[in-house]
Amino acid sequence: MKRFGITRVVGGLLAAGLMAAGLSSAWADQTKVGFVYVGPVGDHGWTYRHDIGRQAVENALGDKVKTTFVESVKEGPDAERVIQQLAASGHKLIFTTSFGFMNPTVKVAKRNPGVMFEHATGYKRGKNVSTYMARFYEGRYVAGVIAGKMSKTNTVGYVGSFPIPEVVRGINSFLLGAHSVNPDIKIKVVWVNSWYDPGKEGDAAKALIDQGADIITQHTDSPAPLQVAQNRGVLGFGQASDMAAFAKNAQLTSIIDNWDSYYVARAKAVVDGSWKSADTWGGFNTGMVEMAPFTNMPADVAKLAQETVDAISSGKLHPFTGPIKNQKGEVVIKAGEVADDGMLLGMNFYIEGVEDKLPN
Amino acid sequence: MDIFVQIVLTVITASTPLLFAASGELITEKSGVLNLGVEGMMLIGAITGFAVAISTGSATLAIFAAAIAGAAAAFIFGFLTLSLLANQVATGLALTIFGVGISALVGAAFVGVALEPLPKLAIPGISTLPVIGPIVFGQDIMVYGSFVLIAAIYWFLKHSHWGLVVRAVGESHDSAHALGYPVIAIRYMATIFGGAMCGLGGAYLSLAYTPMWAENMTAGRGWIALALVVFATWRPGRLLLGAYMFGGITILQLHAQGAGINVPSQFMSMLPYLATILVLVLISRDKVRIRLNAPNCIGQAFRPAH
Repeated sequence: MKRFGITRVVGGLLAAGLMAAGLSSAWADQTKVGFVYVGPVGDHGWTYRHDIGRQAVENALGDKVKTTFVESVKEGPDAERVIQQLAASGHKLIFTTSFGFMNPTVKVAKRNPGVMFEHATGYKRGKNVSTYMARFYEGRYVAGVIAGKMSKTNTVGYVGSFPIPEVVRGINSFLLGAHSVNPDIKIKVVWVNSWYDPGKEGDAAKALIDQGADIITQHTDSPAPLQVAQNRGVLGFGQASDMAAFAKNAQLTSIIDNWDSYYVARAKAVVDGSWKSADTWGGFNTGMVEMAPFTNMPADVAKLAQETVDAISSGKLHPFTGPIKNQKGEVVIKAGEVADDGMLLGMNFYIEGVEDKLPN
Repeated sequence: MDIFVQIVLTVITASTPLLFAASGELITEKSGVLNLGVEGMMLIGAITGFAVAISTGSATLAIFAAAIAGAAAAFIFGFLTLSLLANQVATGLALTIFGVGISALVGAAFVGVALEPLPKLAIPGISTLPVIGPIVFGQDIMVYGSFVLIAAIYWFLKHSHWGLVVRAVGESHDSAHALGYPVIAIRYMATIFGGAMCGLGGAYLSLAYTPMWAENMTAGRGWIALALVVFATWRPGRLLLGAYMFGGITILQLHAQGAGINVPSQFMSMLPYLATILVLVLISRDKVRIRLNAPNCIGQAFRPAH
């Protein structure tokens, strides 16, 4: 669901070079696995974590596989060409890692029935197209629990990117977690209308702190909000990868995307010949969502956070367990029931207690 | 009062990079050169400043290096457009794309590295005064530098001999040439100065604003700086005002959201551009104002007849 719409001539050339190198050194009995990234591997966020997953495949399967990646691929016609190129050059498994690659992936898959495709965050599947994504909202719930325990002003500042279901779900889940330990917690949301604008993200964090927030969390990609938290002496959460290096006195934990085991399992399935099209939405239980070490908090809060992770992981606790009301006070999830995946995927309402009006 | 001080401080940091880049571009455009590569030069300055700060540990060296890198990028632009007479608009756009690419390439090694922010001035007893202490006496060196810069540019264009020459070259390169002024050399200098200031604007981002390197971290500020020059109708005083207005809008918008006031943030994001278009429309209707302010030869290649 991430988009970086910048032409990167240099990145493209590099990627073309890598592809050429990949072609010439391939062995006949190796399974070639291709990765298509929407951003640069150096974004320290979304694409960076996918590339860590690619490296895990190389490490786990050794010379049984040969991986190739193309970075900074624009969503649209470029993507189709890149995916087709990978399919035509003997790749047996291709991961396409952005929502906007969905239609190109499905198109190329129809033309190349012998190649398996894995598309992240999409919903269109086929005989040779699987989809996968992660239940990051589970991590947000845990972050909410920690915030509920750690906030002194009972105000959390949330730096949002775009008001899409993925982000709204995260805000709701965070608040449910916080309310489970502290019903007085309020969330203030500031939208920056960008996945990635360090300056603006940082400014948003400053504005939220000035308005009383003493915990900062974000659904944007740069470490800037966390850096601001550190400089202003408040606490915060990292995003996508462990950002402790930027704010070792401020980061409570970070919700980490971990594609490693999924990528290894799927690549192994292609090597074995056991690959089947599937729809995977994994949480803590699959290892797709991980928490960075719990730091800058008392031991009892860290213990509670770990217990929450364990409860969600084992299925004892579902973040969206009723009764849950929307902002109008209407019950949307009845007592004792949990939200189904359909409701979670299309979530376009705030729950009661979010101090923001959802932009249209 | 405390929140007021904090807002002012945030507005200052948001406006400073715009002020640097726009002042540089103002001089470049006053000499008759349109360099659309501001965004690219800012990125080159940002990565150079950050890389030097990390490897030498010296903020002073980092600031100088960023200015030199921006100037070098502008020199390439100058060589292509002034010596080889390439189209300025196309070359400027190419410079932006080049800057995005090269800064990402060099910056790959610096992703995820943290840096201490540029130190703030701390005069015992004065910087801790309420309100004016942190605002007037508690800034970092580059903020003061940006004010000195804008004052110097005002004086240079308005009161100095060479400022008059730069303006003459921008107004009518043929007349300036006929009077014996080295048109190309002056444009080179104005372009290189502009690049150096864009480099400083970028360095402010990576050293003070958000002390880190991230690909494409300028996120469109170069384009806002370009719009700002037109918005200011090529006048240094209005440029200062405009930079703080553009910076202020962004920050107040975020505060309004946090306070629960429902402003469409998309609308606020486009406000600087909207204001620029408005100014363009207004000055285009009035021939006198255009003649007084917009450099007449902007974007035109100069080919000496003899």
